[in-house]
Amino acid sequence: MTPLAVLEPGGAAVNALYIVAFSLFIFGVRRGTHPTTAKQGNLIAAVGMAVAIVATLLLDGIGNWGLIVAGLAIGAAVGVVASIRVQMTEMPQMVALYNGVGGGAVALIAWSEFRHGIALGQELPLDTMIPVLFSAVVGSISFWGSNVAFAKLQDLIPTRPLALPGQQVVNALLLLGTIAACVVLAASSDDPSQALFIGVLISAALLGNLVVLPIGGADMPVVISLLNAFTGLAAAAAGFALDNVALIVAGTLVGSSGTILTMEMATAMNRSVAHVLFAGFGGAPAAAAGGGEERPHTSIGAQDAAIKLAYADSVVIVPGYGLAVAQAQHAIKEVADELEKRGVTVSYAIHPVAGRMPGHMNVLLAEADVPYEQLREMEEINPEMPRTDVAVVVGANDVTNPAAKNDPDSPIAGMPIIEVSEAQEVIVIKRSLSPGFAGIDNDLFYEPNTSMVFADAKQAATEIAAEVQNL
Amino acid sequence: MDLMIQLTIFVLAAFVGFEVISKVPTTLHTPLMSQTNAIHGIVMLGGLIVIGYSDDFLEDLIGVIAIAFGTINIVGGFMVTDRMLGMFTRKAKPKADGEVDSS
Repeated sequence: MTPLAVLEPGGAAVNALYIVAFSLFIFGVRRGTHPTTAKQGNLIAAVGMAVAIVATLLLDGIGNWGLIVAGLAIGAAVGVVASIRVQMTEMPQMVALYNGVGGGAVALIAWSEFRHGIALGQELPLDTMIPVLFSAVVGSISFWGSNVAFAKLQDLIPTRPLALPGQQVVNALLLLGTIAACVVLAASSDDPSQALFIGVLISAALLGNLVVLPIGGADMPVVISLLNAFTGLAAAAAGFALDNVALIVAGTLVGSSGTILTMEMATAMNRSVAHVLFAGFGGAPAAAAGGGEERPHTSIGAQDAAIKLAYADSVVIVPGYGLAVAQAQHAIKEVADELEKRGVTVSYAIHPVAGRMPGHMNVLLAEADVPYEQLREMEEINPEMPRTDVAVVVGANDVTNPAAKNDPDSPIAGMPIIEVSEAQEVIVIKRSLSPGFAGIDNDLFYEPNTSMVFADAKQAATEIAAEVQNL
Repeated sequence: MDLMIQLTIFVLAAFVGFEVISKVPTTLHTPLMSQTNAIHGIVMLGGLIVIGYSDDFLEDLIGVIAIAFGTINIVGGFMVTDRMLGMFTRKAKPKADGEVDSS
């Protein structure tokens, strides 16, 4: 294969194509902010990407075609297969994984650029050296951090916070060491040490692992979103080093969007980003791990639950991650259909972080054909709770825990919750009384107006639907 | 390109990202995060450029892995976003295509 070599690097033609590409990104993301145009927006952004890739392949100086084709083919094959096979419930960890490989790509490109500079024997100017080092460090952190986040969400490693004694100090020292090494490299730009550069990559990798490992599973969405923004910034930095305007604009777009999204998620959980990164869930596990004495609670079967529901006027369903895991969205939709046939008003209360990411639960319910109008946000549904006859909590836990409101000492104190305990009656469908992601006991289960249905969410919902039908 | 011009582009792009994205309903946060995630896969272009001046095996290897990683990020990111957003489009045909398991 011969190089195409049609466009001059940095010339007007390639930059014009890049401008087309990033305009399509901006336009695509803009469309992505509205439910009816989002799908089209994603396609527009994908077209922009295709334009950018083709423009780059046409550049003079692009060579090594066999390897380029190999890399593209391997990447495309893996990407296609993984995207088709992934379950909707596994989306958050999939995004983490894709973000990780993106970060890995940035770090590797920075390394290659660094080696290239040395091989040429020329001095690397600071305005190349600084972005190269930034890309290497942040890309490496993002790669390893995302992989840990993936492993936690996929239950490959424990989701509870894992911390070493004195971890904050170790992290701080590692960070300082990494920065110091970067300064040394930048200062010796006439002949920088390659070993030191690899050392920087490794210490950033350690940092990525050590920062994410102590964070509990419940906070993972915030972490993934933050790492997404980081990878964007690292890509922008690579754009500075390679003098590539498409990388600068696209990377920066992702950096700023990811930052907003991260802050919104953290706000929904009433946690600051700094708190998520540096605090873990403090002493909480001690309180939860107990499980010694059983507190009194009411347990009922599917039939009783069906009767309570069928004779109610209004029912609010509160879905949580347990519903997603059990793939119960279709079965729950059936319960809702049966109830509506009997004239019961049914709506779904969606906590901002229900599932494992904002919007995750909406995706799952949309998959089961639940009408968009029945999905109600937390702020909207909470004032209606006292007028609700039955609230059905399906596989949700921490987001309904009244301790967030009532107990200022609770680790989740102040977190916005769906106030199901205000409803006349509460039915909780859950496998057991065990604590949720935050690792703390849920007072809701022991309230006098709460009945527990101990079962798998899908099985229970199917049974309840059948019972309602038979009434 | 002059560093000042690069920095100007950087700052303006940051504001564009801020403005474009700050008005998103919560429902679309996961798909949007996934879409922006795919967009930073553009760093793959850097892989295409650096592999062109590779002069040893290690650099070849780094380049191929970078291109493969970046391509996974792009292809997987856009496809997964498309799948998620497909859930939101109104199904024109009446349902009951065997997807709902009846009891």
